[in-house]
Amino acid sequence: MSFQDIIHQAQVSGDFKPLIDSIPYAGFIGLEFQRFGDNVIFKLPKNIDNIGNPILPAIHGGVIGGFMELSAAINLLMFMDTPLMPKIVDFSLDYLRAGRDQDTFAECQIWRQGSRVANVSITAWQNDRVNPIATARAHFLLAKK
Amino acid sequence: MNITAKQKAERFLSVLRHCQLLGMKVIQADQNSLQMLLPYNEAIIGNPLMATIHGGALTTLMDTACGTACFVAIDGMELCPTLDLRVDYMRSSEKGENIIAYASVARVTKNVVFTECLVKQESDNLLIAKCNAAFMRIGPEMTPPDFRKVVETGDASVYLGTDPLVKHGGNSL
Repeated sequence: MSFQDIIHQAQVSGDFKPLIDSIPYAGFIGLEFQRFGDNVIFKLPKNIDNIGNPILPAIHGGVIGGFMELSAAINLLMFMDTPLMPKIVDFSLDYLRAGRDQDTFAECQIWRQGSRVANVSITAWQNDRVNPIATARAHFLLAKK
Repeated sequence: MNITAKQKAERFLSVLRHCQLLGMKVIQADQNSLQMLLPYNEAIIGNPLMATIHGGALTTLMDTACGTACFVAIDGMELCPTLDLRVDYMRSSEKGENIIAYASVARVTKNVVFTECLVKQESDNLLIAKCNAAFMRIGPEMTPPDFRKVVETGDASVYLGTDPLVKHGGNSL
């Protein structure tokens, strides 16, 4: 099955696990997700291979960024009518505190979807949702049906 | 401390486990700029249709290249956490292409270091992404003795151990 078919299948069935499984980078960092009706929470389980700064130790800032960026793209595929993997245009990431060597979570908010571009904000946290470790916003190009 | 800018950059990079896993290398470094390589790897593909490297791996490359440039630009041994990172993605990288980050420090102030970075394909210099990143200065007294020793001696085993890095199933890492 082609990657495009896998996306289509996921959108029809609502089961996005096979789609995540087919994206190598998702497996590389260990991205998971859980859906609660129209809401979805993405999870990056504790993983020593995602450590950057060994002193704290802390998750590499780039991994946190990659996790948030990929979460946003999958979030768009889940809730928007777009047949291809959204293409990232720009990404702005603010680091609020160090990501400790533990589970990390992310949630996305699609603020606007135009005909070509979508604006998404992403929040990542660990212990406490009201104290995020990072916030980001991204623009994605969407493919037309 | 009698080491070159390139050695200082290499030793900084050597303790970053995730970067070692990605196979990142310092190509060249001087006081205010450096070049860092991210080898192509199927394990970090983001879009299987095009076999392009995921933006997250590029974010890791840019964050690391800019952060390492800060560490080299400031005399002594001062670690600077990333404050923010702003990236424009010009185009996807192509299948099989190694990626090089060209990072430079624009200004060092008492509290903040400003950096910028261009990301290009190694073979044809095609511009993939550019970024601006700011880093906080937290002072040399925040640098632990163990880390200081890694940079002085080049031996990172205190942080990484002597075991080889965990290999992921089915890829060429």
